[in-house]
Formats: sequence, C-alpha cells, structure tokens
Amino acid sequence: MTELADPDVRAVSPARSRYQSDEFVARLRRRYAAEQRFKYAGMAAIGLASLMLVVLLGSIISQGYTAFQQTSIALDITFDAAEIDPQGTRNPEVLAQANYAKLIRDSLGTVFPEATSRADRRTLSDLLSSGAPFELAMMVRDDPSLVGTTKRVWLTASDDVDQFMKGFIPRNVAETERRVNDVQVAAIDRLASKDSIEKSFNTTLFTAGDSREPELAGIWGAIVGSFMTLAITMALAVPIGVSAAIYLEEFAPKRWWTDLIEVNINNLAAVPSIVFGLLGLAVFLNFFGMPRSAPVVGGVVLALMTLPIIIIATRAALKAVPPSIREAALGIGASPLQTVLHHVLPLAMPGILTGTIIGMAHALGETAPLLMIGMVAFIVDIPGGFTDSATVLPVQIYMWADSPERAFTERTSAAIMILLGFLVLMNGLAVFLRKKFERRW
Amino acid sequence: MTTQTQSRMGATMNAPSALPAVPVKMQARDVKVFYGAKQALKGINLDIQENRVMALIGPSGCGKSTFLRCLNRMNDTIENCRVEGRLTIDGDDIYGRDIDPVQLRARVGMVFQKPNPFPKSIYDNIAYGPRIHGMASHRDEMDEVVQKSLQRAGLWNEVKDRLREPGTGLSGGQQQRLCIARAIAVSPDVILMDEPCSALDPIATAHIEELIDELRENYTIVIVTHNMQQAARVSQKTAFFHLGDMVECDDTEEIFTNPRDERTQGYITGRYG
Ligand SMILES: Nc1ncnc2c1ncn2[C@@H]1O[C@H](COP(=O)(O)OP(=O)(O)O)[C@@H](O)[C@H]1O
Ligand SMILES: [Mg+2]
Repeated sequence: MTELADPDVRAVSPARSRYQSDEFVARLRRRYAAEQRFKYAGMAAIGLASLMLVVLLGSIISQGYTAFQQTSIALDITFDAAEIDPQGTRNPEVLAQANYAKLIRDSLGTVFPEATSRADRRTLSDLLSSGAPFELAMMVRDDPSLVGTTKRVWLTASDDVDQFMKGFIPRNVAETERRVNDVQVAAIDRLASKDSIEKSFNTTLFTAGDSREPELAGIWGAIVGSFMTLAITMALAVPIGVSAAIYLEEFAPKRWWTDLIEVNINNLAAVPSIVFGLLGLAVFLNFFGMPRSAPVVGGVVLALMTLPIIIIATRAALKAVPPSIREAALGIGASPLQTVLHHVLPLAMPGILTGTIIGMAHALGETAPLLMIGMVAFIVDIPGGFTDSATVLPVQIYMWADSPERAFTERTSAAIMILLGFLVLMNGLAVFLRKKFERRW
Repeated sequence: MTTQTQSRMGATMNAPSALPAVPVKMQARDVKVFYGAKQALKGINLDIQENRVMALIGPSGCGKSTFLRCLNRMNDTIENCRVEGRLTIDGDDIYGRDIDPVQLRARVGMVFQKPNPFPKSIYDNIAYGPRIHGMASHRDEMDEVVQKSLQRAGLWNEVKDRLREPGTGLSGGQQQRLCIARAIAVSPDVILMDEPCSALDPIATAHIEELIDELRENYTIVIVTHNMQQAARVSQKTAFFHLGDMVECDDTEEIFTNPRDERTQGYITGRYG
C-alpha cells in the first residue's frame, strides 16, 4: 500500500540505484581503462612511425648535406697568348682548341716549384678535376679579353680532394690506404694556408647532367627528363582518366560490362609497375619502333600506370558529391552534361586534383618500368626534346647509388633529398588546391 | 457503385455544375511504374487542375514521390525505373517523342524534401536556370528575373542586401524558399513539391504554406505531404495513395470530412487520433 502511495519514488529509485551500484562503477572504470589503453596504443604507433621517419630523413640528410658543397682551388692562371691564340685571330674555334691543361700545369709549377719530377707534377694535376681545363676554356670563350692577362681563378677540385676536405678521407692512415697521397696532402695544406682552397655552394649539382666524375655530375639532366616525362604523363593520363571516370560514374548504365570495367580498373591499379615497363618495351619500342630512353615513351608508360589511380580518385570524388545537387540542376532543366560540368565537376575538383597530383607523385618516383625502356642509360647531355635520350630523377639516384666513388654516395643522398623536395612540393600543392577549391554544400 | 468510383477518379466530372469547369493541366491515365521487377505504382488515374494545389497524401512507401517524379520525368535518371501508361501536360504526352525531358523539367519545376541550393551565391542560384535556358540576354534583364523570382518566393526583403553571399549560408526555411525562387525563375507552368516542409521548423513551414497559397494564382502546384493539417490548409484537391494505388481523389474538404474509402478514413483518423 505505502509503495503505491508514492509512485514517483518507485519510478526513479531502481534506476538511480542501478547506476550507483558497485558493479556499475566497476564497469565504468573498466571502460575508461580500455579507452586509456587504446589511446596509449595509438600514441605509441604514431610515435614509432614518426621515429622511423626521423631516422630515414636523418640518415639521408646527414649523408647528403655535404654534397651541396664542393671544394675548389684558386690558381693564378697566365692566359698566355702564345699558347692559346698564337695567330692572334681570337677565333672561337682556335680558343676552344687550346691546351688549357698546360696552363694549369704551369700555374701549379709556380705554386709548387719543388715538384719537378714528372710523377709529382702529375700528382699535383690530379688535385684538380679533369673538367678544370674545360672551365678555363669556357671562361676564355665568354671573355676573350682574358687572353694575355694573368688572373686568379677558382677551379673545381677533384672528388678525392673534395672528400679529403670534407673529412671523409682520414689523413692519419697509411698512404696506400687512402686515395690522396702524401704529396697531395702537403699540397692541400699549403693551398689552405694561402686561402686558396675552400668549399663553396655546389652549383654543378643543380646545373650539370650526369658525369663519370662525381665533381662534374649534376642532376639537372634528370630533372629535365623527369619534367618532360611527367608532362607527357599528365597530358595523357589526366584528360583520359578524368573523362573516363566521368563517363563511368555519371553516364554509363550499370550493366555487367561496366562492372567488368570497374573490376579491371581496380586490378590495374594493383599491377606491379615493371609489368607496364615490359608492355612499353614490347609495344612502343619493339612494335611501334619508338626511340629508346626517350621521355615520350617513358611518359606513355607512366600514363598507363597512373590512369587507374586517376580514374579511381576521380570516381571517388564524383561519388562524394551529394545527389541532391544533381537533382537540383536536373530539376530546373539542366541537361545531364550541364549538370556534370556546371555543378558536379566543380565540387569534385579538390578530390580530382588531389588524386591527380598523388598519381603524378607516384609517376615521379617510379623507376622499374623506365628501366625496361632504356631510360637507365648514362646520359651526359641535358635532353632538349621529348625524343632525346634522357633519364629521370629516381633512375639517376639508382645509377649513382651503384657507382663506387665515395663522392657519389653523398650525391645519391643529395639527389634523394631533391626528389623528396619535389614530392613534398607536389603534395603541398595538392593540399593548397584542396583548400582553395573546397566549398561547403 | 462502379459509376460512382469512376466519377471520383475523374475529378472534372463531379465538379459542381454551378462553377465553371477548371481546365486540366496534367493528366495521368493508368500509370504504372516499376523499379526493376518491383511495381511501385499500379495504374494511377489522376487529373491535376490548373491553378490549383493538389496534395498527395498516404503512408510512407505508397508511391507519392514516385508519382511526382513521373510528372517531370525525374524518374528517367533512376537506373532500371520503367514507366507505363499515359501522362500528359496540356494534352501533350510527357513520355512522347515530341517532348524533351530537359525542356519538360523547366516547364514542370521541382522543389525537394531537403533544401538543396547550389553552393553558389544567392544570385547565381536563381540566375542559373534562366542563363542555361537563354531567358535573359543581358545583365539588367537577369537582375530583374532574379529580383522578381525572389519577390514571388517572399525572400527578396531578407536577401536583397546579400545577393552575392552563398545560398548555403541561409537558414533552412530561407533555403527552401530560395529553391522555390530558383524553380520559379525559369517560368514553369507546374511546380512539384516533395514534402517541402518536412525539414523545417513550424514558423518556416507557415511561411512556405502562405507562399504556396500565393503561388497558386500563377502556377499549378502538386505537393506531397505527410502532414494532414498542411494538406487541409494549402490544397484544394487531395489524392490519397495506398500501396501503389490511388485510392481516392476529391476536393480536400470532402476527403477530410467525408472520406468514401475506409482506407482513407483509417489513415486520416489514425493521424488525427
Ligand atoms: N530508386 C528506387 N529503387 C527501387 N525502389 C524504389 C526506388 N524509389 C522508391 N522505391 C520504392 O517504391 C515505393 C514507393 O516509394 P516512394 O515513391 O518513395 O514512396 P513515398 O514517397 O510515398 O514514401 C517504395 O516501396 C520504395 O521502396
Ligand atoms: Mg517520398
């Protein structure tokens, strides 16, 4: 009777007591503990991933940063008119033919008068890069009035001197153990005491093509090759991929054959890239007879590889546009094409751009398929056209990593840093474009 | 008995002889709709009178939206949707060869359940339709179309100072009126509304209902609604749908006070409690 008299208490108290029971409190505590554990596991995972990234970047940067500097040696060069241009014609061809190596030998002879034996003089010549005479020739070509004067000029040192200056060749080991002999060490010390040897920014790395001599090797040729290849890839893959995705997503009827195409595109995205290289070799080189090592072939092969990535990204972006926007446009009498072009595509643009740039970044870092079509050749010249022989950044890295010289080791890491720089730039562009084009609906 | 039910379907036939006959704007005869193998409408006969508001009521899934979307061929955009029977507007077969679905949708505008303005400025939301249909050749003309459409939709005073701001920044009710203005801008004959107030609060709903009453003067309106009071307030004719059938169609007052079919009665009384 009394229980019935106060129905409010009956209704509230069992619930209240349930949520205050020891069992409930214990369960609550367990729930919080589980949440904490999950949080710590997540933080540990992120920490581990960050650590690996730091180790990776740290090792690359610590190995590669020295490549951005290059040792050069200052010499007083007498541009002897009798030697360079005996007739006094100032004919560029004559100037180019002159024996500049002799000018360098003569200059070294005055700096190191004690070195009289043939062997010593040779050893001293080896302080300088084999490209040094060419550097003199370029100076004279650019400024013929140098002939007949004496001038202090900075010439590129050989890679061994460079490595010695950077401390990679220790001086306190037996002479036979190091690539710089005692005469050279003494000469370097003498030059250093006269401030005639120093490290400066390595412009060659950014302006030259490949070379057998590390101090003359640069990645500009590979960068140009990469850009040309990517230009072809983009010109093919973006319009084809985006139109294919628009057709499949917005217009194609859902039939068994569209399902088949969809499955195949997804599979294609998972095909190992070297297979595309084999395809390029068989079809473009052997069947169509296109040139080997050319950016145009590389671009086509990479376009085939990138196409599925772009199609999948574009379709996902189109799918994410709410159907209400399509209904709105169709509902006031826009044609299906107008609906897509005026409303759906602009909204899908951030996703499409992100997908495209990520696809391009993939293509930029791709090596295997390009090996198959001969882009691994040793190419000194900067490519001047889409059918010239060329190489690309990752292949250049692969070739340098394979070279025995100590100086190529640091250049390999430097080239990796430059490639990563481009990738970061591209991903930054993707983020920027997404932010710029993002709109609410 | 048979004659009676038939006359109830052809609404024109039982119009009181004292009033002049209202012309029929759209007509459905034996309309069947299939989604794949599933039949959603089982032969609908319905006359939609000019400058009247027709309300479609009925339980969820009975085919009201499906029928509405037949009237402007929005069903064309749905994969494996098939429409049979005859639908006309001003006597022309909607599914006939002479009618282009794109043109038809300008003539039979649509307002959706959820306000769906384009993610563009208020001005561009309205101007888009006239622009693609070439209805305004220069700026002044377009400005006028935009202003008039917004005025008719009762939104002009609220947005006239912010025409360049995004349409998505408006409140829900304002967005829905923007969508109505957008539909009006292409000068349709008929406006279809699929539960236009179901996402709105009571004040915004009252706004839209008032607007519908005003629009009746110039347009023929078909509105789907779940809200019985709303149907009673805004419509002159009401059609009750049930499981793919059109059970009965009559003057709104008649349906709500004196339904003939027990299914109608059940639905209406169920709602009123
Ligand atoms: N796109 C579609 N595909 C398949 N079936 C559908 C589709 N749209 C609606 N239907 C079906 O058709 C019937 C009628 O739906 P609908 O017209 O939306 O009903 P209402 O608007 O009256 O609630 C329902 O049974 C629904 O499941
Ligand atoms: Mg519906």
